Amino acid sequence: MVTWLNNCYLRLLILSLAVGSAGFFSVVRAQTPSTCLDCHGALDPPLQVTPAQFAQDIHSQKGLTCASCHGGDPTKADLDAMSKAAGFRGKIERKQIPELCGHCHSDAAFMRKYNPSLRTDQLAQYKTSVHGKRLAQGDTKIAVCVDCHGVHDLRPANDLRSKVSPLNVALTCSRCHSDVKYMQGYGIPTDQFAKYSASVHHDAMTVRGDLSAPTCSTCHGNHGAAPPGTDSVKNVCATCHVFQAQMYDKSTHKAAFQSVGLPGCVVCHSNHDVSHPTDAKLGTGPEAVCMRCHKPGDVCDQARAQMLGALKNLDAAVKAADATLAAAESSGMEVGEVRTEQDQGHDSLTKARVTIHSFQTSLVEQDIQAGLKIATKTQAEGRAALAERDRRRRGLGLSLGIILVVLLGIRLYIRQIEGAPGKGNAAV
Amino acid sequence: MAADSSSQPQPPRRRIVELLLGGGLLASFGSFIYPVLRYLVPPPVAELGGDQVVAGKAEELKPNSAKIFRFGSRPGLLIRNTDGSYRALSATCTHLGCIVQYRSDLQEIWCACHNGLYDLNGRNVSGPPPRPLEVYDVHVRGDEVLVSLKRGA
Amino acid sequence: MFASVRAWIDERFDWAALTAPLREKSVPAHKLSYWYFLGGITLFLFGIQVCTGILLLLYYRPSANEAFESVQYIVTRVQFGWLVRSIHSWAANLMIFTAFCHMFSVLFLGAYRKPREVTWITGMLLLFLAMGFGFSGYLLPWNTLAFFATKVGTEITGQVPVVGHSMMVFLRGGEDVTGATLTRFFGFHVALLPGLTTLLLLAHIALVQYFGMSAPPRVEARWKAFPNEAREMKFFPNFFLRELMAWYIALGVLGALAAILPWELGAKADPFAPAPAGIRPEWYFMFMFQTLKKIPAKLLSVDGEVVGILVFGLAGLVWLLLPFFEQAAGKRGRRMIFGAGIFALSYIVAMTIYGYLAK
Repeated sequence: MVTWLNNCYLRLLILSLAVGSAGFFSVVRAQTPSTCLDCHGALDPPLQVTPAQFAQDIHSQKGLTCASCHGGDPTKADLDAMSKAAGFRGKIERKQIPELCGHCHSDAAFMRKYNPSLRTDQLAQYKTSVHGKRLAQGDTKIAVCVDCHGVHDLRPANDLRSKVSPLNVALTCSRCHSDVKYMQGYGIPTDQFAKYSASVHHDAMTVRGDLSAPTCSTCHGNHGAAPPGTDSVKNVCATCHVFQAQMYDKSTHKAAFQSVGLPGCVVCHSNHDVSHPTDAKLGTGPEAVCMRCHKPGDVCDQARAQMLGALKNLDAAVKAADATLAAAESSGMEVGEVRTEQDQGHDSLTKARVTIHSFQTSLVEQDIQAGLKIATKTQAEGRAALAERDRRRRGLGLSLGIILVVLLGIRLYIRQIEGAPGKGNAAV
Repeated sequence: MAADSSSQPQPPRRRIVELLLGGGLLASFGSFIYPVLRYLVPPPVAELGGDQVVAGKAEELKPNSAKIFRFGSRPGLLIRNTDGSYRALSATCTHLGCIVQYRSDLQEIWCACHNGLYDLNGRNVSGPPPRPLEVYDVHVRGDEVLVSLKRGA
Repeated sequence: MFASVRAWIDERFDWAALTAPLREKSVPAHKLSYWYFLGGITLFLFGIQVCTGILLLLYYRPSANEAFESVQYIVTRVQFGWLVRSIHSWAANLMIFTAFCHMFSVLFLGAYRKPREVTWITGMLLLFLAMGFGFSGYLLPWNTLAFFATKVGTEITGQVPVVGHSMMVFLRGGEDVTGATLTRFFGFHVALLPGLTTLLLLAHIALVQYFGMSAPPRVEARWKAFPNEAREMKFFPNFFLRELMAWYIALGVLGALAAILPWELGAKADPFAPAPAGIRPEWYFMFMFQTLKKIPAKLLSVDGEVVGILVFGLAGLVWLLLPFFEQAAGKRGRRMIFGAGIFALSYIVAMTIYGYLAK
């Protein structure tokens, strides 16, 4: 009987070993057989690449192996896999990385087999970028493909966990560009990420969840990353802020800024820490931008003051109408339709603020007047609603008065027909 | 005082009470009937504007032009195509809610706020808008252009 | 002038005989007589509901596309539409409140006892119908809160074992709450429920007239021992005049509520939008809703919600047949019923308050 039991346990052991190793091999086998990960999965960084990590990689999911980039023979075990004869390259040198990636990614015919809609000009663009140019001059600190995209757990850009997904781009760039020690000697500031994080564009992305909001690559390009020149930064902003750019183009400021090499929009709005513009920008306080160049009392100062005054006027009118509508609504009046008109009033304020970029008071006045018309109308409708409410209350007062008279009449009549003030005693 | 009023009939007082009661009752009935009578008279504007609206007159728009109209509490965009037929969509941009406009030069719908573009089927083709515009049904009845929500809404 | 009209009628109808019961009707006069008002006020409010409801019917459209807009139209464009609509909504709540008070006062004053058992049953059925009116009417403006409250309410109905799903499909006119539900609820609200209510009301009032007004047991006992202390008040005109005062006060209250606290319109229901926070049923369902929320998910391996529903169903049935339980319990019956009444009232009040505070 003991033998039988032993036999049973032994069978169980063999069975579990078989199942376990089959499982182990099947996990590894799912990714295309690769003995590299057998060792490298157990090593310490920087040589560590675990199967779990590599399973996340888009290249691995498409069927590529370690040998696709590093060469060698993935079917051999141990150090035989890293045979020079089989083309083993070991760690790729930094300055060779772009060409290595480009070997596939710039080959349109090759990429068509995997994802026909992927672009294949990344390497060409990279060569025009600041990063690419400096790499060609021998700078190996500069960013190459793997610095932004990652290497063994590389995800496509539309994967939100990817280092180059719109949500993460700024963070990825900041790994070098905010590192003061790393950036020593390059002569550019390292506060861009800090400034951008405080900006309204960053806000749009992270708080409002608007993935179309601009991040570093939107204005600087991704593979062809370079700062836009001072004469072209306006064009960059114009891709979204069309009207402001059009008006600026027709305005006096364009020629003026160009002649002294000032970069258009950035002068008043800055580049990285673009904050939500307020009317204070038109004022004379610390946030004022006009008075940085213009002299108090000159023609432009007067125009500025006029525009600011008109804006304040409209703002006050819209706010007043808002308050009246809110009062009407809270006392129970239906003002839904008026609110839709009032939305147009709010829009007119936005429109007027855009028109400021023409720097012509007449144009701004036009928008202000249109807005004031709406605000006056909605204010009147709000007041009408309040007047109607008062009419209802007066009507209520009247009816309540009549009801009181009736109640009094009934009371007296009861007393009359029953005699003594009733304890409920009835007249017989 | 209690015993007095019933043992000594006082006609004037009686009459006052009866007048008070009768008059009060009549006045109260009047105050109920008056609103009801006013209520029964149909208001001048008979249409609700929820299901279907008259977006415009048939010959109001030239081909390859558009107008904004009110659809309930939302803005709508009525476009007359180059072949004379009509289409209507929601005019609220799906990005940040600005009112879109028709660009006859591009024959596409454009949002001035951040340069978003939609094709004539409302699909968001370029720029920030994340979703297409809602499309409405359009019928021409006589000389009126009627816009309604899509069947099965 | 009245005399000649009277004469004309007398030549055709035996007016005196027809009106004799009314002229002779009397009401026991004691300290608790004012509680007798509650039935009349509930009837009066029902009458107001019928009148304002008919007026609303002239402009309301019961389709998902137009319901909200038609109510908006009534409230903004129709002359005094706001008044009719707000009175209808407020009186609905007031009516259910007075119906509950009437039921509890009948219970505590012992007016359900023999021979008035059938009156009690018709009354309880009327109470259920009133709550049905409330539930079906609430959906009709087709705003967000109403839509989701109906969704949750019918969902709970679907939890009843065996027949729940069929009941839910019957109520909803389908698997989900859609325009079909609205049309169906409209049919319930303006045709089915009024029809049933009219029949039951006629029965209820006829029974009340037939049996006369009861006096509470203690008063009855006292008057039995000391017959000269018994007091009666004639219904016409004395009691009725007092009741009329109560009715006018109710009218004043309704008018004030309509003008100062008008009933909200809300936003049009969007079935595809997520449910907003804070959906809750109307206050008269709150105690049941809150109970179901607080019952643990599983009770002895049965789904907690199902247990809750079954308990309430059972409670409703017991309440319906209350007079018979008293008879079965003999001497202690009255005290038991009284105790049950105190418990039920406290539970309802407490759970309703809890439901509102626990937001």
